[in-house]
Amino acid sequence: MEALASASRTKPAATHATASRSRHFLRQIKKYKMLLLMTLPGLVYLFVNNYIPMYGVILAFKNLNYVQGIWGSPWVGTDNFKFLFNSPDAYLITRNTILYNVAFIIVNLVLALTVALLINEIKEKVVARFYQSTFLLPHIISMVVVAYLVYSFLNADNGLVNRQLSSLFGFDSISWYNEPQHWPYILVIVNAWKGVGFLAIIYFAAIIGIDKEYYEAAIIDGAGKWKQMTSITLPLIAPVIIVMTLLAISSIMRSDFGLFYQVTMNSGPLMPTTNTIDTFVYRAMVKLGDIGMSAAAGFYQSVVCFFLILGANFAVRRISKNDALF
Amino acid sequence: MNRMSFARVSFIHLFFGAFAIVSIFPFLLVFMVSITDESSIVQNGYSILPSKINFAAYSFLFNDFAQIARSYGVTIAVTLIGTAVSLLITSLFAYPLSRRGLPMRRTLSFILFFTMLFSGGMVPWYMTYVMMFGLKNTLLAMIIPGLMLSAFNVLLMRSFFANTIPESIIESGTIDGAGELTIFLKLVVPLSAPIIATIGLFNLLAYWNDWYNCMLFIDKPELMNIQYLMTKTLNNVQFLIMKADTSSQVGDLIAKMPTETVRMALAIIGVAPLLLAYPFFQRFYISGITSGAVKG
Repeated sequence: MEALASASRTKPAATHATASRSRHFLRQIKKYKMLLLMTLPGLVYLFVNNYIPMYGVILAFKNLNYVQGIWGSPWVGTDNFKFLFNSPDAYLITRNTILYNVAFIIVNLVLALTVALLINEIKEKVVARFYQSTFLLPHIISMVVVAYLVYSFLNADNGLVNRQLSSLFGFDSISWYNEPQHWPYILVIVNAWKGVGFLAIIYFAAIIGIDKEYYEAAIIDGAGKWKQMTSITLPLIAPVIIVMTLLAISSIMRSDFGLFYQVTMNSGPLMPTTNTIDTFVYRAMVKLGDIGMSAAAGFYQSVVCFFLILGANFAVRRISKNDALF
Repeated sequence: MNRMSFARVSFIHLFFGAFAIVSIFPFLLVFMVSITDESSIVQNGYSILPSKINFAAYSFLFNDFAQIARSYGVTIAVTLIGTAVSLLITSLFAYPLSRRGLPMRRTLSFILFFTMLFSGGMVPWYMTYVMMFGLKNTLLAMIIPGLMLSAFNVLLMRSFFANTIPESIIESGTIDGAGELTIFLKLVVPLSAPIIATIGLFNLLAYWNDWYNCMLFIDKPELMNIQYLMTKTLNNVQFLIMKADTSSQVGDLIAKMPTETVRMALAIIGVAPLLLAYPFFQRFYISGITSGAVKG
């Protein structure tokens, strides 16, 4: 009874507190009005470019027809997903996407670390900078240009490989754009050629950040170059390596559309080894006009990715809290 | 010891010399093919050292330059407008997020950050722009979708503002009675040249290199940018003529075209501006990547 009375007595005080808090909030809004207005164009853009399409995932559960529009088209439940997962494509594109990413992650990590460790050994700053700009060059060009460069090597009739290297090394001409079995190797090489420089510069930046005193102490203790690399450099940049690798793992269900579409020249016979989720979604939408199924495949990709990112972030938090994304 | 270190140094330089060649060689090959005589290609295939040099491919392209010039015009217009608008929106969004007292700061950050975690996928994104906003076959379709505001760039800028702009400067502006917009434009922006240059460069490259939006949203040849013109030509070299010219001369032109070299000449024309500009902006680009890696 006593408690109830006191509770009812404190109640007006509590509403008073909320009222003053909301008044305070309104005052804050007024004070920061201009700053909040500045975020408006960005917010509108995010709403249009990201949040409306998020709501648009309902397309995966509809049978879109252009007359009735996105909202008016009939619901079909999970039919699109059933259709997708009953086709052999679902397994194939998932397998391709994941296996390519695994190969990319491992190859690029090993090469980029090697490059970063070696370039750190170059004492002349100008020379080191020159090398950096040469191996970053492939990173700035578009996949269209990459496709041309690859074509100059692999063109069946006149390409460098068939016309010059085949006679040099004594193998027969290969019809590169018709034989899918070579492409896992080709795409791993092309991806490394384009991406290793970028990753190496990130690792190199981490290495530069290491305090020089560690190395001085190690040299006094008689540690050689190799020992310094394995006992100082690698352990100290491990957080960066872990974060970069986990980020790559969290997008293991995504693929670089340009790499798999442009570099393969959209060649049909190569599809068994080069079709990924992203190229599948595009082809299903544009070539087959199957909006429902392509939206379903995209939704499947987004949902798996979402949980992978949450998982990766959880893992980063356990390893080193400061490097966690959220 | 000295001999050891000499061996090590030469190994390192050999390694990077080889790496540099691997990075540059493909560009050189495409260039050499573009200036090779067609007959020499039939005889020996593509080669880095052609037996006979001929600029026929370039003179062929310059004879019928309308489509290339148009595509370049589209690319340049889209890149200039896109980069400017995108830089404006990004910095206007990033600066308030860097201010500690901002109400709803966490909510705004979350709205931004969530776009990095989840997306509706390409199909709803495409349908939004085509069915709701009618962007098909417009210049805006190459400017707005996807490229205008990158959450990653906003986070980079926000941490630059938060870490390098001293609060005392903003306070002094407030004491002088300046509004927030004036403080931002007159005091913060001049101090932020490095990050503005970096993000501007990222945007510029993204717009210049884009072919994806053009492929999705553009059917009309007169709106095709240079990247997409290159894509079309790689798959079918006759595309270059058939789209530019529908008259009866087409068959005649196709017969005269040095098909093998014309393709590569277009690639060189398409990539040349970037390669020529690269020596001048590479330092900025590298420091941009490193600042992102350290602070982002």
